[in-house]
Amino acid sequence: MKLGTSAIIGGLLFALAIFVGLFAPWLAHTDPVMGANLMNAEEPPSWIWWFGTDAQGRDIYSRVVHGARISLTVGIVSQLVNSIIGVTLGLTAGYWGGWWDDVVNGLTNLMLAIPSLIFALAIMAVLGPGLTSLLIALGLTNWSFTCRIARASTLSLKSQGYVQAARVLGYGDLRIMITQLLPNMVGPIIVIGTLGMGGAVLAEASLSFLGLGIRPPYPSWGSMLSEARDQITTAPWLSVFPGLAIFLTVLGLNLLGDGLRDVLDPQSRSRRT
Amino acid sequence: MTVAPLIEVEDLRIDLDDGANHIAAVEGVSFRIDRGETFGLVGESGCGKSITALALIGLLRRPLSVAAGAIRFEGREIQRLSAAEQRALRGNRIAMIFQEPMTALNPVSPVGRQIAEMFVLHKGKGWREANQLAVEALANVRVPAPERRVKDYPHQLSGGMRQRVMIAIALACDPDLLIADEPTTALDVTVQAEIIELMRNLCAERGTAILMISHDLGLVANVCRRVGVMYAGRIVEERRSDDIFSACAHPYTQGLVDSLPRLGSRAALGRSRLREIAGVVPAIADFPAGCRFNPRCAQATEVCRTTAPETTWLGAGGLVRCHHHA
Ligand SMILES: Nc1ncnc2c1ncn2[C@@H]1O[C@H](COP(=O)(O)OP(=O)(O)OP(=O)(O)O)[C@@H](O)[C@H]1O
Ligand code: SF4
Ligand SMILES: [Mg+2]
Repeated sequence: MKLGTSAIIGGLLFALAIFVGLFAPWLAHTDPVMGANLMNAEEPPSWIWWFGTDAQGRDIYSRVVHGARISLTVGIVSQLVNSIIGVTLGLTAGYWGGWWDDVVNGLTNLMLAIPSLIFALAIMAVLGPGLTSLLIALGLTNWSFTCRIARASTLSLKSQGYVQAARVLGYGDLRIMITQLLPNMVGPIIVIGTLGMGGAVLAEASLSFLGLGIRPPYPSWGSMLSEARDQITTAPWLSVFPGLAIFLTVLGLNLLGDGLRDVLDPQSRSRRT
Repeated sequence: MTVAPLIEVEDLRIDLDDGANHIAAVEGVSFRIDRGETFGLVGESGCGKSITALALIGLLRRPLSVAAGAIRFEGREIQRLSAAEQRALRGNRIAMIFQEPMTALNPVSPVGRQIAEMFVLHKGKGWREANQLAVEALANVRVPAPERRVKDYPHQLSGGMRQRVMIAIALACDPDLLIADEPTTALDVTVQAEIIELMRNLCAERGTAILMISHDLGLVANVCRRVGVMYAGRIVEERRSDDIFSACAHPYTQGLVDSLPRLGSRAALGRSRLREIAGVVPAIADFPAGCRFNPRCAQATEVCRTTAPETTWLGAGGLVRCHHHA
């Protein structure tokens, strides 16, 4: 298995984000919410305040580090929910066909027709801001690509000899789906999932920026950007560092997704022996 | 007192219904296989061998269906069993191996796991015990170093090894009937002979009956005690393998016999061409009226073109369907 440069760079960036998120309490210099001190308000980046401070004198570095927790939690959990929904619907629709396939197809087309961010916005408007609402809103609105891929893979795998053979050997439908179909489509599902995770990080930032996601004073990258809006000329570091964090995380996930696609592609798989 | 046969097919008809047409792809097929017996179905491509086999394990799917007749396994009619009862037979009491060892194994699962799955599924074993049984099963099909091979993926094995794995999976649960549908056509000749020999020995040891399907009359007659010759969805002759070369009664069977290379004959030495049966098997949609073989038959007369021949019983349980049989 040969990993490309993009997969390695992407993987390192993603690993860095995970590391920062996991060890945030140890990496941060001050408490991200309570560490306010008006004596230090709006300090530019320096040896003491690596990323500067905001109008309340809170350390931006510590807030960005803690923000990684929220962004990654939202990215990973919501994409996991999307993948599970998409695979379940796509696999069963492709396998059983008939009216169930029609229902799933209709639902998928509906989801594809409406931009998922608009959909998430509507759900957030109903549920109100907060982490749980974010997870629900983003977890329910971005499964259509996964579903498409799972359904298409199922349709092509269904006629494979080993799927037919499993039926002859007395496997039930569920066993066929889990042992014969699912493992043969994980590659593309992981690729879509990785790219989707980047999308979810971005969507969290957008919703929080709009005041619908994580609310200040809690440090999500999007809510930090939102707060920093008014001081973008007077204190640009307030926007630059959370923006950079979003940029690097999403870039990392996209590079990783593209790199994995090359590795996990069924065609390149059969070439490797 | 006669012992009930293991499997009995009676007047089976399989219909092909694709909306536009409604045609009998297989018609009036009857045969029985006793416990531990070996029976072969021979015929050219498209004559309905594989769909007959699928009907036996209850796996015909749209646009094909069993339209008439009965298939009884140990006296129980397969058609009447629930889906769960059918599943419990498949792979457990009736197993099947296929033509294509390359594609019949799951590429992302180690072969040992695929064998072990059978013990988990049909015998209710835990994975630990099932994995041990999988090693034994591989040893039984004479795979060297089975404890290491179980961890291999299908692409790491040769065609012959994969077919051995297929046999191990099929025989894992000690089935009563093994259906072998062209089990060796994808393999080269020496490997083919080894695999057939292995399959035959294992089944003989365990008293497993074999239904062997092939277009190769020589192969089938060599493995099986009795042979049914199929043409265009019908069994045209059924004989003991011992009789089929010396005393075949149907012109089509005669054609198959003549097209076999015989040891020491000029054909086998490559000096003359083998005799072939002129023409091709008709597609289902244009099966001719009367005897379906009549457009290709040298002995055909007027009656052959209008009336389907009745069954004529020959000695020793043989039968033939031909107006002018030998
Ligand atoms: N799923 C299907 N849909 C439509 N027609 C089918 C289907 N499966 C088989 N048939 C038709 O039924 C007939 C019998 O097919 P079958 O596969 O049993 O032939 P066979 O004797 O096994 O031939 P071969 O030696 O090529 O395997 C063929 O004419 C085939 O075209
Ligand atoms: S019935 Fe007639 S056409 Fe058919 S095989 Fe016999 S002789 Fe030939
Ligand atoms: Mg066939």
